[in-house]
Amino acid sequence: MKNMDIKDIIKPENLVYDKSELQIDTIMHYCPGCSHGVVHKLIAEIIEELGIQEDTIGVSPVGCAVFAYNYIDIDWQQAAHGRAPAVATGIARTNPDKIVFTYQGDGDLASIGAGEILHACNRGENIVVIFINNAIYGMTGGQMAPTTLIGQPTSTSPLGRDVALNGYPMKMTEIIATLPGTCYVTRQSVHTAATVRKCKKAIKKAFQNVMAKKGTSFVEVVSTCNSGWKMTPVGANTWMEENMFAEYVPGDLKDNDIQKPAIGN
Amino acid sequence: MGELRLMKGNEVLAEAAIRCGCDAYFGYPITPQSEVMETLMEQRPWDTTGMVVLQAESEVASINMVYGAAAAGKKAMTSSSSPGISLMAEGISYIAGAELPCLIVNVQRGGPGLGTIQPSQADYFQAVKGGGHGDYRLITLAPASVQEMHDFVKLAFDLAFKYRNPAMILTDGALGQMMEKVELADYTPRRTKEEILDQCGSWATTGKTSGREKHVITSLEMDSHKMEQNNLRFQEKFKEIEATEVRYEAIRCEDAELILVAFGTSSRICQKAIELAREKGIKVGLIRPITLYPFPSAIIAELAPKVKGFLSVEMSAGQMVEDVKLAVYEARCTTPVKHFGRMGGILPSPNEVVDALETKF
Repeated sequence: MKNMDIKDIIKPENLVYDKSELQIDTIMHYCPGCSHGVVHKLIAEIIEELGIQEDTIGVSPVGCAVFAYNYIDIDWQQAAHGRAPAVATGIARTNPDKIVFTYQGDGDLASIGAGEILHACNRGENIVVIFINNAIYGMTGGQMAPTTLIGQPTSTSPLGRDVALNGYPMKMTEIIATLPGTCYVTRQSVHTAATVRKCKKAIKKAFQNVMAKKGTSFVEVVSTCNSGWKMTPVGANTWMEENMFAEYVPGDLKDNDIQKPAIGN
Repeated sequence: MGELRLMKGNEVLAEAAIRCGCDAYFGYPITPQSEVMETLMEQRPWDTTGMVVLQAESEVASINMVYGAAAAGKKAMTSSSSPGISLMAEGISYIAGAELPCLIVNVQRGGPGLGTIQPSQADYFQAVKGGGHGDYRLITLAPASVQEMHDFVKLAFDLAFKYRNPAMILTDGALGQMMEKVELADYTPRRTKEEILDQCGSWATTGKTSGREKHVITSLEMDSHKMEQNNLRFQEKFKEIEATEVRYEAIRCEDAELILVAFGTSSRICQKAIELAREKGIKVGLIRPITLYPFPSAIIAELAPKVKGFLSVEMSAGQMVEDVKLAVYEARCTTPVKHFGRMGGILPSPNEVVDALETKF
């Protein structure tokens, strides 16, 4: 192997990794070190592996992932801030044969869209929800989110989140898990090769649940925002492990094999 | 002759939606329009035509569910009353910005704020001048009878799909609660998947098949130059709508010296006022805009040099009167334009309208 030259390396039989055909060559708008790119890759791979490109409709949020539609080669709808679960409800109810997923950040899902996500999950809408929780508003420049940790500095909590002023970090995934409409609720991360593989399995299961019409599957991905956190990518991963995981404990919160009652319509 | 029934305006909105092949209704209870969803839930169209009906958690969710369904090429609608429409403003702007067809019904009540549950026409500005942010227009239809409440559901959907633009039926609590004889249309089946592909396959999120580019429904464009081009394209569309879709009714205008301008419930009160005024020897006619946007400016301009004045009769402090004034101004006339209205859920009486004609001109 060590003596291979470029002509050998590019031979198809020596290929050891290829990107999904659903991943679009586009100029990367995410910061280096950001978790979004990894999760986008996983979703593209899963849609390709499940052979559901023609049936999948993605709903992108407001936030950094607003441009998710530039990266994965499927039909997309871009939703108003926080409203992706309502938009997904509209698609899924009128297109029960489609696989619909939302992709939302913590500002979108846990703050302005807290109402929509709770009710969509409580109705057991047959959708996948991918929840990227990096404890900060990335797109607007690092403001405090509902998931910001106590003491965590942000541009709107420069001395750190103060409980007296701002209350406590919001554990959406724990709340969502209490709702009978959800069949699968899990918390993952994508900061090591092992966790990426594990996260892929979780997201794949979520898509398979929707294909089996089992109700809402909710996958939180505890993520880094090294730009917003003002850290290096490696430093951000370490900080996440040491601080985020204590508040947002990785693992499955719920995995039911209960079929949701069929909707008349 | 279609089936004849005695029905409430709100009930008819639901019945007409089912009968015109509507795919989905998303709504939230609010007086005085709750009978729309109640009628749908009683009719259970999902068992017959396959139409989806869903009670959403809020008006905000309702309009975004409409967005999702409409973006997939479906015929989707919602209904609400004034405060609920305010909550939908962001979603309506997104729908207009993403160029999606849908129907929004506003059964108006008195405002501002929580106001009253009695009828009003004070959401005219909200309907025809914007309501949400950005340069957009709603094709706005104003029914004046329960029959028109029925007929305009199909018309609104047809116009919405023709122009890929949201359409609104702007009515009020009086018409919503009023019972009248109505001739119902025969059932039009919902479009098949193939028919939806024929009609919307070039843009809707019907699933990315091989052989076509992915479809992205969005109102976002970070490049200002491209965003301006989008806006210019919208403006071209609005110009075409203004040139093509104006609808109005002219009543006894041939010999009229004074013209009432009124829509919906007010226009019916004005018809009685015309009778009373003419008994007194005042020659009065009525222009009833059926489309509030596009506004029937041309007929106002045509009448302006011939008449002594216009009286805009509205259940508001005077909103449409501004469009009447603009039409007269565009005609380079100085014909006086006055307003008479009642607010807060009060219906003007025909005698009050006649008094206003006598005192203001």
